[in-house]
Amino acid sequence: MTDARSSRGPRHAAETTPDSRGATDRDLTGTADYGHQTGTVDLTRLSAASLSELLHAREISSVEVTRAHLDRIAAVDGDVHAFLHVSRDAIDTAEGVDVLRRSGDQLGPLAGIPIAIKDVLCTLDMPSTAGSRILEGWIPPYDATVVRKLREAFLIPLGKTNMDEFAMGSSTEHSAFGPTHNPWDLDRIPGGSGGGSAAAVAAFESPLALGSDTGGSIRQPAAVTGSVGVKPTYGGVSRYGAIALASSLDQVGPVARTVIDAALLHDVIGGHDPRDSTSLRDAWPSFAAAARAGQLKRNLNGVKVGVVKELDAPGFQAGVHQRFHETLDLLASNGAEIIEVSAPNFEYAVAAYYLILPAEASSNLAKFDSVRFGLRVNPVGGGTVEDVMSATREAGFGDEVKRRVILGTYALSAGYYDAYYGSAQKVRTLIQRDFAAAFEQVDILVSPAAPTTAFKIGEKVNDPLAMYLNDVTTIPANLAGIPGMGLPMGLAPEDGLPTGLQIMAPARADARLYEHGAAIEALLEDSWGRTLISQAPELKVSK
Amino acid sequence: MAQPAELMDFDKAIELFEPVLGFEVHVELNTKTKMFSDAPNFFGGEPNTNVTPVDLGLPGSLPVVNEQAIKYSISLGLALGCEIRPSSRFARKNYFYPDLAKNYQISQYDEPIAFDGSVEVELADGRLFQIPIERAHMEEDAGKLTHVGGATGRIQGAEYSLVDYNRAGVPLVEIVTNIIYGAERDAPELAKAYVSTIRDIVRSLGISDAKMERGNLRCDANISLSPRGSGKLGTRTETKNVNSLRSVERAIRYEIQRQAAILAAGGTIIQETRHWHEDTGVTSAGRPKSDADDYRYFPEPDLLPVAPSLELIEELRAALPEAPAIRRRRLKEAWGFTDLEFQDVANSGLLVEIEETAAAGASAAQARKWWTGEIARLANAASVDASSLVSPADVAELIGLIESGELTDRLARQVLEGVVAGEGSPSAVVQSRGLAVVSDDGALIAAIDDALAAQPDVLDKIRDGKVQAAGAVIGAVMKAMKGTADAARVRELVLERAQQ
Repeated sequence: MTDARSSRGPRHAAETTPDSRGATDRDLTGTADYGHQTGTVDLTRLSAASLSELLHAREISSVEVTRAHLDRIAAVDGDVHAFLHVSRDAIDTAEGVDVLRRSGDQLGPLAGIPIAIKDVLCTLDMPSTAGSRILEGWIPPYDATVVRKLREAFLIPLGKTNMDEFAMGSSTEHSAFGPTHNPWDLDRIPGGSGGGSAAAVAAFESPLALGSDTGGSIRQPAAVTGSVGVKPTYGGVSRYGAIALASSLDQVGPVARTVIDAALLHDVIGGHDPRDSTSLRDAWPSFAAAARAGQLKRNLNGVKVGVVKELDAPGFQAGVHQRFHETLDLLASNGAEIIEVSAPNFEYAVAAYYLILPAEASSNLAKFDSVRFGLRVNPVGGGTVEDVMSATREAGFGDEVKRRVILGTYALSAGYYDAYYGSAQKVRTLIQRDFAAAFEQVDILVSPAAPTTAFKIGEKVNDPLAMYLNDVTTIPANLAGIPGMGLPMGLAPEDGLPTGLQIMAPARADARLYEHGAAIEALLEDSWGRTLISQAPELKVSK
Repeated sequence: MAQPAELMDFDKAIELFEPVLGFEVHVELNTKTKMFSDAPNFFGGEPNTNVTPVDLGLPGSLPVVNEQAIKYSISLGLALGCEIRPSSRFARKNYFYPDLAKNYQISQYDEPIAFDGSVEVELADGRLFQIPIERAHMEEDAGKLTHVGGATGRIQGAEYSLVDYNRAGVPLVEIVTNIIYGAERDAPELAKAYVSTIRDIVRSLGISDAKMERGNLRCDANISLSPRGSGKLGTRTETKNVNSLRSVERAIRYEIQRQAAILAAGGTIIQETRHWHEDTGVTSAGRPKSDADDYRYFPEPDLLPVAPSLELIEELRAALPEAPAIRRRRLKEAWGFTDLEFQDVANSGLLVEIEETAAAGASAAQARKWWTGEIARLANAASVDASSLVSPADVAELIGLIESGELTDRLARQVLEGVVAGEGSPSAVVQSRGLAVVSDDGALIAAIDDALAAQPDVLDKIRDGKVQAAGAVIGAVMKAMKGTADAARVRELVLERAQQ
């Protein structure tokens, strides 16, 4: 713990948590009692991979693991507010998985392990609101494909996590149901839009979570909470049942505390879905195997690592810049060849993104009209269907949603289409070419995953432009459809808060992210002597 | 209720103005499932039962293109003489309306699957007319609104409206013509002939049930009048709800007369949709329609471009049925009709019905006789298309019953009425109404005996060579047996008796 961190205020106990990975896991083996309260080790501190081993060895039960996490949620989520809804069925589900396991069924690696689900994903048994008043209490009649896959792999859904309304935001402050707080400092934002999923994982409320990433909504929250998040190749994971923000940019992906855990989850949710026409038909390799290989190798011998000049900007927070360059040095001293590449069109990425996204969103959000589902507001004295639609959308959408719907409607209007949406699509093509040219020279690209550490709640909420610039390093990957990973890069010296590294790979080369990501994670942790997340302050526990 | 407008005499209208036409014909494809979901492509059942999350536009749902609908659309495009675009995109047409579950319609905009075609249409007198086709594109149908509480069943004056999404997502192809000049006084007939030709094409392709009265085939007729010598296009109206071939012709004629009266009086035509009223034969104003309606089209990001392989296109081209003009020549030959007889059939729009009736086993001559005769008469009386009254299979069965002697023509007309009234197949109607010809000689002889008893001199007259005297007995027998007797057999039996 740095001096800067201990001066952040009295909300957190000064104690740090012992490293929950590595040695601790091994210590568990052979211990009789893993009760989350009575045992020596808190099950919530273990990685999904460690839990998997213990579950498969039947040294712990899924009920114990699930109960530990539900208890943790009860203890800390009043302060963190990562969850919008906590499942009432989790223990029953876990019991079912334990029965299966006892009866000798061969279960997948994540069977019996709890997971938090971003509220943008449709779930048959829990409300799915996308953080919006307009969908408050709405329970879909179907599961998103990724949720169905979770259930088929016997993971235990713990609940639904908070998010910026319809995934519009970088701080989770735009949730209609109140902000989520960063477990590292409750006065700060957990990133967004998937702040709930990142905070749930970082606060040890869940070992795994699902997120969605349209312009950085998985990677930026990972960066500011010290967790790991992956935006897969566009089409690598089904979007069916993910409430759409911008269809051509949205991608569902894993959130975890380690690269291997993210890979294990990606293995479960990935693959072709006939219900999503944009889903790829590729036969994907095992991402967990790729991650394990990288972790074992612990070096980057012969790997050409590109640094995008335009994403190493002077506007970044000094500590972010410093940790990024230290990381580059570390990679170089462990076999990587660091190559500077230029992507001249990236400077237009944010502008293009904020035309394409609102345009698609304005159309995607048109269905929220009160006719078939969700909120209905009848104007006083009645009115036409148009009056009811207007009143409902006026009352049901927050300011940021209205802002983007208006922007997008304008950008698509006849007479403006070519100047705005049309031009933005051309920029998109140019950015794809920039990436293609860069990947001619290098195997992976790296950059900071966010330009700053977590900022204070309320600091930027009234400055949309400042908020939009948070995604400057993550947006290009969405525009090009390539995969990106955010992972811990150390604490910024000036504020003691997590910084994140972003790794990008060519489309369909997600396995490369996991292999090199796991190697970089191992090298960084070796350099710190422990995991980053283990340095997070202890949260106040309420009974 | 719509009031008839002031009309100008049709000939006078044509003298002053050149009518300019354009058509948008929507064809509902008869695929098993909907355009973008796996819900059954069937509506008319319990409302909102043939729906999936996709058809209801539920959050998170995504469309998937129906491959069969793509193939049908390509076949139709080819049959319309169109080019098939190697890669065509779907687009979103954005507007708020409660029958549109997503508040956007997935359609095609700047990249329709088929474009630049031409359809040959034949007028009653045999003249041929080329209708230029601008495009044929794929889209999804909207749900069906029922307006409750008003007097007219329309939205004006209604208290509330009900939505049935069973029809939402039904696959449609919209065929759009270029502007059609030069129709002149033939405009109403040409309109009917065009829609009839489209109907023949889609039916011969087997891609739609093509029943106008059921909305499988819907025609929006655009018409404007250009003052002679002005060289300027007039303001157009778009007439909807034209649900039969006959209505197409009437609606165009009405709009020409209505617009001409307004223009001649110094008025202006309002650019609007107009609603055709079959009962009163008039159009009434619908909603204003501006060329500046902004649907904010953009490429549908949830779907990949449709890129049919050249092999597929050629395969579908090879499987196309023959073109209507060629087909007409072939059928005329095969059926042995005279020019006049064939023209009569072609003009009646009943070519397909007669062909299908013949294919079901009837002779072409009999099929023609029934379709253009009794069935057309019934259809006319009911103001519907003949094809909506009875199926070719039923007509073939009816003809079969006549040829086997089970029915006389007169009985057959009664049977036909029963079939049209929905009483079942011809055989079923014969059974239920007891209409079969009595072929039991015993019953006939008994009736003849009764008739002879009343007219004892008939047999002598016949023996004296006055064979026509038999007619009185035959008439009496037919009357006594309420028409179920076979007159020819009665005559035979009477003549036999005279020789005894």
